[in-house]
Amino acid sequence: MAYISGTALRMRRFFIEIGELSYFTARFFKVGIRPPFEFREFLRQCYNVGNRSLVLVLVTGFIIGLVLTLQSRPTLIEFGAVSWMPNMVGISIVRELGPVITALVCAGRIASGFGAELGSMRVTEQIDAMEVSGTNPFKFLVVTRIMATTLMLPLLVVLGDAVALYGSALVESFKGNVSFQLYFSKVFEALSYGDLIPATIKSFFFGFAIGLVGCYKGYYSKKGTAGVGMAANTAVVFTSMLLFVIDFIAVFISDIFYEL
Amino acid sequence: MILKEKEILGDMELHQTRKVIIDIQGLHKSFGDNRVLNGFDMKLYEGENLVVMGKSGSGKSVMIKCLVGLIKPDSGYISVMGKEIEKLDQEALDVLRADIGFLFQGSALYDSMTVRENLEFPMRRHKEKLGNITDTEPFVLEALKSVGLEHTMELMPVELSGGMKRRVALARAIILRPKIIFYDEPTSGLDPITAKEIIGLMRSIQKKYGTSSLIITHDVDCARVISERMILLVDGINYAEGTFHGLMRSDDEKVQAFFKK
Repeated sequence: MAYISGTALRMRRFFIEIGELSYFTARFFKVGIRPPFEFREFLRQCYNVGNRSLVLVLVTGFIIGLVLTLQSRPTLIEFGAVSWMPNMVGISIVRELGPVITALVCAGRIASGFGAELGSMRVTEQIDAMEVSGTNPFKFLVVTRIMATTLMLPLLVVLGDAVALYGSALVESFKGNVSFQLYFSKVFEALSYGDLIPATIKSFFFGFAIGLVGCYKGYYSKKGTAGVGMAANTAVVFTSMLLFVIDFIAVFISDIFYEL
Repeated sequence: MILKEKEILGDMELHQTRKVIIDIQGLHKSFGDNRVLNGFDMKLYEGENLVVMGKSGSGKSVMIKCLVGLIKPDSGYISVMGKEIEKLDQEALDVLRADIGFLFQGSALYDSMTVRENLEFPMRRHKEKLGNITDTEPFVLEALKSVGLEHTMELMPVELSGGMKRRVALARAIILRPKIIFYDEPTSGLDPITAKEIIGLMRSIQKKYGTSSLIITHDVDCARVISERMILLVDGINYAEGTFHGLMRSDDEKVQAFFKK
C-alpha cells in the first residue's frame, strides 16, 4: 500500500513538473517576442555557451570518431566491407551520434551551469533585485540563455561532426592507408540532404531543450544552497532524458518522410 | 492587541502633519498552512525613518516584498506614493519602482557583473528619470562616492568584503535618486564596526537625498540609532507602535522580549 501511494505521489510530482515546464515554455514564447530585446546579453550568452563547450565537444567528437572506426574495423574486414567505412561512419555520425553526443556533453556542461547559476541568483535574491530595478529577469536571464543554446548547439554539432570524421579519417589513413581526400570524398558521396536536414533540425530542438530545462530548474530553485545543487543535478538528468525523447520523436518523424 | 497608548507613542502626533507615502491596511499572506501576515497595518510618513522589528520568520521580508510587488498578498490594501500596488500593470509598477531603492539582506549584487555594471543596471530601464543621460559614469561615481567606494568601480563582487558589498548595494539602491529606500536587514551578517558604518551611511544618505526609509531589522542597536518610529511585528500584526524609548518603557511582555539582550 505504501509502495503504491509512494508511486502515485511520484507520478503526481512528475505530471506537475511537466505542467510547470509547459507553462515555462509558453512564457518563453510570450515574453521572448516582445521588445525590448536583450541583444547584448544574448550575444554574451552565445559566447559563453559556445566557448564553454567548444573544447569538450571537439575532444569528445574526435575520440568518438577514433573509437567508432577502430571498433568497426575488424567486423567490416571480416565481411570484406572495409571500403564502406567512410559511408558507415559518415552517416552514423551526421545522422545520430554527432547530434546526440554533442547534446549530451552540452547538457552536462550547460544545463547544469544554468541550473546552478540561476539557482544561486534566486537564492541570493539577485533575481528579485533585477525585478525591482525594472528589468524583466525572465527576459534578461531565461530568454537570452534559451535562444543562445538553440542557436549555438547546431554550430557545435557541425564542429563536433567535422572533428569526429577527422578522427575516423586519421585511423583509416594509419590502418587502411586511405588518403584524407579519398576518405572525405566517400563520406560526402554517402551523405544526402535527407541526412543533414533532419539532423540539423534535431540539433535546434536539442539546444532549446538544454536551455529550457537548465533555466527552468535554476529559475524555480528553492530550499537555499542545497536547492542550487539539486537544480544543477536535476537539470542534467531531466535534460538527458528529454534529449532521448526528442531524438526518438525526430527519428520517428524523419522515418515517415523516408518512407514517403 | 495593538499597543498604541500615549506613553508608547511618545511624540507620534508630530507625524499627523506629514504626508503618508506608504499605507498598508489589513495585509494577509499565507504560505500553505503558515499564516505569515495576519492583517498587518502600517503607515510611512514622508521623510521619516521607520523601523519594523520582528523575530526571524515573522514576515518582515514578506511584507517589504509585497510593497514592491515581488510577492502578491492574499488580501489587504497597499498604497505606495498614492498608487495602489494591486491595481498597477507591469509598466506602471516598473515606473513606481524607479522611485524606490531596495537594499537586500545579502546585498544581492550581480555576481557576473563588475561594480560599475551593477550600478548601471537600474539605469538601463530608467534613463529618462535621470534626464535621458548618455554617460552614466558621473552617476555611478557619485553613488560610489556617497558610500566611500569610488575605487572599486572595476572590481567584481567576489573581490569585495561583506561590508563593501553592502555599501555597493547601498550605492545601487540610491543611483536612481529614489524617494523611499527599503532596507531589508541592513546590518545582518556584519561585524559591529561595519554595521555601525552602514548605519552611519544610511543616515548620511537620508540627509543628503531627503529620502524616507523603511528599515526591516531584528538588530536592536540598529533600531535605536536609526529609528524615528518603530513597529513591532508579532503574530503577523502590528503589535506595538511608538518611539524606540517609548516602546522600551512598555511593560508588555511581548514588547519587552525585543529589548532583552
